[in-house]
Parts: sequence; C-alpha cells; structure tokens
Amino acid sequence: MSGKTLYDKLWDAHVVRQEEDGTALIYIDRQLLHEVTSPQAFEGLRLAHRKPWRVDANLATPDHNVPTTDLSGGVDSIVDPISRIQVQTLGMNTKEFGITEFGMGDPRQGIVHVVGPEEGATLPGMTVVCGDSHTATHGALGALAHGIGTSEVEHVMATQCLIQKKMKNMLIKVDGELQPGVGPKDVVLAVIGVIGTAGGNGCAIEFGGQVFRDMSIEGRMTVCNMAIEAGARVGLVAVDEKTIDYVKGRPFAPKEDQWEAAVAAWQDLKSDDDAVFDKVIEIDGSKIEPQVSWGTSPEMVLDVNGKVPNPANESDPVKAGGIERALKYMGLEADMPVSEIPVDYVFIGSCTNSRIEDLRAAAEVLKGKKVASTVEQALAVPGSGLVKMQAEKEGLDKIFIEAGFEWRNPGCSMCLAMNADKLPSGKHCASTSNRNFEGRQGAGGRTHLVSPQMAAAAAVAGHFVDVRDYL
Amino acid sequence: MDKFIKMTAIVAPMDRANVDTDAIIPKQFLKSIKRSGFGPNLFDEWRYEDVGEPGQDCSNRPLRKDFVLNQPRYQGAKILLARENFGCGSSREHAPWALKDYGFDVVIAPSFADIFFNNSFKNGILPIVLDDKTVDDLFKEVFAEEGYQLTVDLEAQKLVKPNGDSIDFEVDSFRRHCLLNGLDDIGLTLQHEDEIKAYEANRKKNAPWLFGA
Ligand code: SF4
Repeated sequence: MSGKTLYDKLWDAHVVRQEEDGTALIYIDRQLLHEVTSPQAFEGLRLAHRKPWRVDANLATPDHNVPTTDLSGGVDSIVDPISRIQVQTLGMNTKEFGITEFGMGDPRQGIVHVVGPEEGATLPGMTVVCGDSHTATHGALGALAHGIGTSEVEHVMATQCLIQKKMKNMLIKVDGELQPGVGPKDVVLAVIGVIGTAGGNGCAIEFGGQVFRDMSIEGRMTVCNMAIEAGARVGLVAVDEKTIDYVKGRPFAPKEDQWEAAVAAWQDLKSDDDAVFDKVIEIDGSKIEPQVSWGTSPEMVLDVNGKVPNPANESDPVKAGGIERALKYMGLEADMPVSEIPVDYVFIGSCTNSRIEDLRAAAEVLKGKKVASTVEQALAVPGSGLVKMQAEKEGLDKIFIEAGFEWRNPGCSMCLAMNADKLPSGKHCASTSNRNFEGRQGAGGRTHLVSPQMAAAAAVAGHFVDVRDYL
Repeated sequence: MDKFIKMTAIVAPMDRANVDTDAIIPKQFLKSIKRSGFGPNLFDEWRYEDVGEPGQDCSNRPLRKDFVLNQPRYQGAKILLARENFGCGSSREHAPWALKDYGFDVVIAPSFADIFFNNSFKNGILPIVLDDKTVDDLFKEVFAEEGYQLTVDLEAQKLVKPNGDSIDFEVDSFRRHCLLNGLDDIGLTLQHEDEIKAYEANRKKNAPWLFGA
C-alpha cells in the first residue's frame, strides 16, 4: 500500500463517521467567526433552541465591515447601518453564547485569517472552518482548513462536525530558488497563471518543493490563502521546524506541559515519501518573475515585463471573447506593456498580504521615496491590531506616512469595499488582495493583483514597474 | 425543526406560472442579518402599493386589494396552491424562509424549481407535486368555495378534500422521514451524537491542547 498524503492524514484523523455515499462527518477543532456570515447561523441556533456544541472551539472577530479610519467612536460610529448592525450583532451573539470575541478597539481584532494564526488559535493538525472562502490560509500551518457557507457555520456550531466528501490530492511542486524581489505572492499568482482558476477544482492542494520549504510561515499563508483562486477549497504546506517555531508561545498555543506532546504529534504532518497524488504540477521557481494581473480573473496574470494579451492571437473563440471583455472593463489596449498601465490607487492589505513581513517588504521599497503625484490614494491597512502595533514599533508607519500613504486601522477594507474604503469607477489599483473580479474593490474599479513590494514600487512610479530595479 | 405529520388549513390560490424567488422575496431584503421575520415582505411587490424597504414596519403600508393574500377569505392560509415551475430564479434560501415565516407549511404545484424544492424540505415546508389536471381542479374548487380547506396527511401521503375525496401524492422517503421527525441537517447529524462524543473524548486524550481556553 502506498503512503498517505498530508491531506489523507488530516482527513483520516478527523473522520467521525463515514457514509456509504462517500460523505463523511468530519470533526472540527476550530471555527473562526466574523460578522457577515455568522448572524443567520446564530439565529438558526436560537430558533431551534440549540446551543453551540463546544463554545471553546469558536473564536470571533469583526473584519469585513469595520472602518479603518478613526475607531474612537466604537461600533456605534459606523455610518452604514447594515455594516453597523452586522458588527453589533456579532458582539451580541458572541456574548449571548459565551464565545470569545476580539471586538472593535481590542488590539487583537483584525482580519480573521490574520488573527487565527497570530493568536495560535489555528494550529498544525487541526481542522479549521470559517464562513469565508479564504480560510485555506490556515493550511500554511499544516491544518486542514475549509471555507464554508452560512448553513454550514450553523451546522458546525451545533454539531462540531462538517458534512464533507473527501477531495482529490493535488501537489504543486515549486523547486529552485526564487530571484531577489520575487515573493510568495508572485509564486501563487504564477501558479494560478499556469493551472488556471479551475485548476484545483475538487482538490486539496499541497504546496511542496524547495521554494515552500525556504518560505516563511507568513509567506506560506499568502500562498495557501489563494488556493481558492486556483479552484481549491483547501491549501496545505507540510509542518517543519519553522511551523513549530512560529506557533511557540502564542496565546492559544499548547502550554509548557503539553508542548512536547504536541510537537511530537505534529512531526508526522507531512506527506509520506511514497504518497500518491492524483495530480502533480511542477514549476521551476527560479524562473518566476514579479507578477501583475491585468484582467478580471486571477488567472489573467503577466510577468511585469510582459505585454497585455491580444485576443487576435487566441485561437479559442471563447477565450478570445474573455480577453476582449476584460480589456474593455480594464480600459487596456491589447499588446500594451504592463509597465504602461497607470496606477491611480494603491492598496496594501487584505488577508493575503497584511502581515508584518508584507509591511516590511513594502516599507523597504518605500523608504526615502514618495508616492507619485498622479496616485490619488495609497492605503496601508495592517491585518490586525497586533500587526499594526508591531509595525509602529519598527517605525514602518513613519516610512509609509512619509512616502504619502495613509496608515489605517485593521480590517478587510478595500479588499472588498464593504466598508467606506472603495475604489472609484474606472480607476486602476495596485492591490495586494486576492480577487480582481469586476467591481470587487468598488463598482467599476480596476484591480491589479500584485505583491506588497510591487505595490510599493508602483506607488512610487505611478505605473507598474519591476521592483527589482528599486532594490 | 417542528415535526410535520398531518395538518388541515385554508388554501390560498397563486394563479400564476413561473413565480420566481425574487417575487417571493425581493432582493433588497437579503441584506438582513436574520432568517426570520421575512413573512411581512413575502411577495412584497405584489402585495403592497409602495416599494418595501428592509427594517420597515409593514403594518401601515398600502395594500393591493386584489392580491390573493390580501383577500379576507384567504387569511390564515397555510397551504399555497401554485402553477408550474414555482420558485425559479436565484437560489436564495430566503424564499422558503419567507414562506415559512408567513405561515405556509405546504406548497402544491405541478412542478417546482430544483433548488427551491430542496430548500423547502430543509426549512420544514412540504412541496407537493400533482399533475396539471388535478392542480387545475383544485384551483376551481378553491375559487368556488370560500373557506376551502385541505387536509395534508404526510404519514399516509394523502390530501383530503372537504368532501372527503382524497388524492395520493409522492414524496421521497428520506425527505418524508426527515419531515415526520422534524429533522433538519443538524438534526440528522445529531442522531450520531454518541459517535461525535466518542470521537471527541478520544481526541481530548490524544490532543488535550485543543480543548479549553
Ligand atoms: S481581506 Fe478580503 S479576502 Fe480576506 S477575508 Fe477580508 S474580504 Fe475576504
């Protein structure tokens, strides 16, 4: 019998009950909650007179709707009534059911996928769910993390289980050494460029190879975060010494007396040498260039020194039509060099790239430079209150502010523009977020997905540039 | 979920085909943080003269007198009689939530849209498919007789008319089991409570750091 993949191991360790039709009840160790997808789940519990199965498995923080400007007025100062009610409701629900919440104003508040790992609330070997499609982020720690829908949120709250069918195993192996100036975001964008947004459909993706072994845990989070943009609900990286070092000492991490046992249990959280994957993709990491998305789907990415595609060169009429529509929406000309795309807005933030290493990487580029006069707004939005504090301790806030950035409070912000941070129609934004769908950052807005370094360089130049010229 | 076994109630006739979910509950109500309270906005555009907004008190809004649910003779109806392809359009689960919240436990039609059909069972509504002719006859009888009631017997899979005639209907045996026992997805999972507890006890032994705090 062949060995097991990391996904097989995590799955097997959590099956409560296997049904004949292939579905299984999977035990969930951790549920993360935010204000958008939880209210109806809580209400469902209330209507059915049910209680959470295990209160301590849940952890909540508001993120999608919170303002990133002045927070001193608290929840009541949120202007948009729907946003305010959602944030207030999370507070009331968590209180009623006894669930820990890091509310607005708490330094631990932030984007749920930044907060979980930062607190040690997501750990290797866990199953993690959240009513949000970017939950795969937590797979960077060797946890099996699924994004789920509202009715599933309620199901997990009430039963501590998720009804799930096992997925296929896919390995994305990136070997070699990355060039200087090329980071985790470039790697994952390049991967999506190769396999497409449906490439990982029905699969759990394990990211393996030297590039991911060399990568920091935060970098692995950036990569796993975008597994969903590659079509997969689950992204994973094997546990190694870096994972264990990362987890050690965090508030929810195992305490001294349990630490040794936990570390011992985590040693096996990697695919066996003879494990068989249903699909394997190999990419040469040394060839990856800084990436910029040009279109309205994350697979529409280019090397920074590339040219926007021309529908005339595409033989598949469906694809050609897609290119044409995207060019029109994005206001771009076929064959135009990426470096000629103007940048009107810059957004450094989101659960993909708002951790301390992301802010450091951007600040390194910005140091002693100014945002171009043609850039209308540049936002730096740390992923959590703790990330913000750390950045301020290192003086990064000053670098951003001196360069002409606005230094904001934590939240999802312009990643999806549910709060007041919106990209105006027709404007181009160099964004470190994960989705460039039409209207994602604001109706009519034009998103270009890039790494934090590339966003910083674009801010300075006023158009896209190769960050390697700035280092 | 409440158990559904047998009920007798007034029938309201919705004499249109292709009633879509946007008509059942218009999109401005989807921003709500609730899954109850949609009843006053069920069929909002057809029911009121003005344009409804979320969070508004509906009790003083001007009613469209000719709309079926506004007619005195259909007050208290729990059974909705409809035409083909009921519940088509977007997949919003708010549609069955709104019907249920208004008070409907049964919808009878010659055909239903798939997703609506499935969502109905999950929310304790029994959708009954009958052939065109039978549905047509029911419409005639409901229009002819004020206070017309039907008895829906899920156990026997029968509809009983006021004159004692009965109509058999089909329902998937698993769905029927769930409704008769008041089981939603959560209820079904909780039937395996012992297995979950056993798993949990074991996990607590092997990974105690995942518990408490
Ligand atoms: S930062 Fe963006 S992608 Fe991440 S959880 Fe918030 S809205 Fe979703």
